[in-house]
Amino acid sequence: MAGALLRSALRLKPRLRPAGAERRRYSQRSEGLERAVAAFRSVSGDEGVSLGEAVREQHGRDESVHRCRPPDVVVFPRCVEEVSALAKICHEHQLPIIPFGTGTGLEGGVGALKGGVCFSLRNMDQVLDLHQEDFDVTVEPGVTRKALNSYLRDTGLWFPVDPGADASLCGMASTSASGTNAVRYGTMRENVLNLEVVLADGTIIHTAGRGRRPRKTSAGYNLTNLFVGSEGTLGILTKATLRLYGIPESMVSAVCSFPSVQAAVDSTVQVLQAGVPIARIEFLDDVMIGACNSFNSLSYPVTPTLFLEFHGSSKSLEEQVSITEEITRDNGGSDFAWAEDEETRAKLWKARHDAWYASLALRPGCKAYSTDVCVPLSRLPQIIVETKEDLIRNNLTGPIAGHVGDGNFHCIMVLDPNDPDEVQRVHEFTERLARRALAMDGTCTGEHGVGLGKRALLREELGPMAMEVMQGLKATLDPKNLMNPGKVL
Amino acid sequence: MAARVLVGVKRVIDYAVKIRVKPDNTGVVTDGVKHSMNPFCEIAVEEAVRLKEKKLVKEVVAVSCGPQQVQETIRTALAMGADRGIHVEVSGKDYDTLGPLQVSKILAALAKKEEASLVILGKQGTFASEVTIDGDKIKVIREIDGGLETIKINMPAVVTADLRLNTPRYATLPNIMKAKKKKIASVKPGELGVDLTSRLEVLRVEEPAQRQAGVKVETVEDLVGKLKEAGRI
Repeated sequence: MAGALLRSALRLKPRLRPAGAERRRYSQRSEGLERAVAAFRSVSGDEGVSLGEAVREQHGRDESVHRCRPPDVVVFPRCVEEVSALAKICHEHQLPIIPFGTGTGLEGGVGALKGGVCFSLRNMDQVLDLHQEDFDVTVEPGVTRKALNSYLRDTGLWFPVDPGADASLCGMASTSASGTNAVRYGTMRENVLNLEVVLADGTIIHTAGRGRRPRKTSAGYNLTNLFVGSEGTLGILTKATLRLYGIPESMVSAVCSFPSVQAAVDSTVQVLQAGVPIARIEFLDDVMIGACNSFNSLSYPVTPTLFLEFHGSSKSLEEQVSITEEITRDNGGSDFAWAEDEETRAKLWKARHDAWYASLALRPGCKAYSTDVCVPLSRLPQIIVETKEDLIRNNLTGPIAGHVGDGNFHCIMVLDPNDPDEVQRVHEFTERLARRALAMDGTCTGEHGVGLGKRALLREELGPMAMEVMQGLKATLDPKNLMNPGKVL
Repeated sequence: MAARVLVGVKRVIDYAVKIRVKPDNTGVVTDGVKHSMNPFCEIAVEEAVRLKEKKLVKEVVAVSCGPQQVQETIRTALAMGADRGIHVEVSGKDYDTLGPLQVSKILAALAKKEEASLVILGKQGTFASEVTIDGDKIKVIREIDGGLETIKINMPAVVTADLRLNTPRYATLPNIMKAKKKKIASVKPGELGVDLTSRLEVLRVEEPAQRQAGVKVETVEDLVGKLKEAGRI
């Protein structure tokens, strides 16, 4: 019940539905569904179709606070031909289609709001077509980023986009995921060269043409990036061709404390302006550092802190670290510590890695929800300062961790789901934060996606004209609105 | 510091691959399946390279036994920092029946020929979790049931690597390119005086029994009934 308060507070008002149209309840079987299930079985076999309650519930939730919305049935296709055949059946029977990768999303993207069919793509788990000299590889949706990097470990190549979780790469493409080293290697938008997509009616397309993988192209509309970030609302991604990078020769990690948020962000801007190809630059505010100190028995000064990582050859690292150290000193930075060997680096970064758990440990028994706004770099000090004032004024626990090189930061809201007042205050806070970011020329979601909870904010962010264009595209590609209904738009 | 280290590297099916038994039950499917260096051999190579970086040994030699493809595995060891490689050519039926006995004879013969002071291998045996060289002796800390045991041994010695010995480095592109220039010598088992005939014959290979689905029962009486049916009580 308490969870319901939290969930309802964070969920936006549902659109008005015609009176009497009941939302489909799970385990309700209609004749149409029975016929569809029989057809699914003829395509994927008995093992490829599941009506089991536990399986459906597992496929109706992700890592967000949104409650479980299980589908009516889960199918497990083994190849793109099966995906296409299953989609055709769904199209015929007007059944919603919800693609599912690893269920590690943070915005409720996999909830089956109107029931329907969850397409679990975990059995399509092959790494296809690695081209080492061309720095590209094609993967199926069941391949996660850690699995790919493990596969590549002998080749000297890696796929650097690192959102934290061991997510499906096609899932990452679908949410336009990013990560701590986007400042150097980019997000999914910059690193997907081609996609194989199954549309709502079963049509299979290759967004850049079958098998094509030039490093750049100006051929036609950029369909690939239309699907990147579409969160399963335009089609099912069944193959992704990804851009690879050389594994860095060496890495150096560093930590530095600052007297103020402004000093930390100024240093970040100057490091980027100096042309240092910094790989990771993470900001932790004083509350977060305090939490990390308690959690890991560390003793960092309780003040805004930057965690940095540099990639390159030994010579280049020396130069990068020396320039950065000078900049931080000029901005009042202190306690600059750095390390090259793996064990010490891991120790230095442990604080940043454990940020989520350290936050939870601040208030045992509570849950955590991460906000995700992104603003131009120059506005970052202002938005963080205003956000911290908001947190204090409203008596909320929200330690801050941010990918400061991108202007993206997360408040890890720690709250008691059984306290309706706090739940409401957190909800209102996150809305104010999103609007604060929009007012500063930013976005309401830097990397987690729109999913279920930010659709109204998306409208505010884009304005009515752009929204109309998006809705037009959706209507063209999915006229029956079967692809992940109720998300994004 | 005349120490030369020999490291055994084995080309095996990649640990992330789902192993399948051949339809005729004579073995596992290897055609078209991804192969890579045995993860424990990676740890062994890493340890050897670290000893060289600490200037405790002079040269690291990577050895592998098998058909032409094992040269890829040797190249990976070279990219991680080994100085040169030795490919012991074993193929066809001989490779299918190559077992620990023959490989140990080969490695022993090579260790003698190359005058190696230390042979580091991926584990099956006593497990080292820390290795240091002290003059002409090796100090090894190994994990045993009760905790850690520190022993000092003379060289030449054989050490096997445990999971916790180190975290192997990745082969980076520049090092992979440099490795292409390092030498891999080929040698036949016969030249080492090793007889490859196997004393073992594989009769049949089967998958482990599939896990059966559980059954839910409503009452204790049902549970007892089912257990009796299954002959368990």
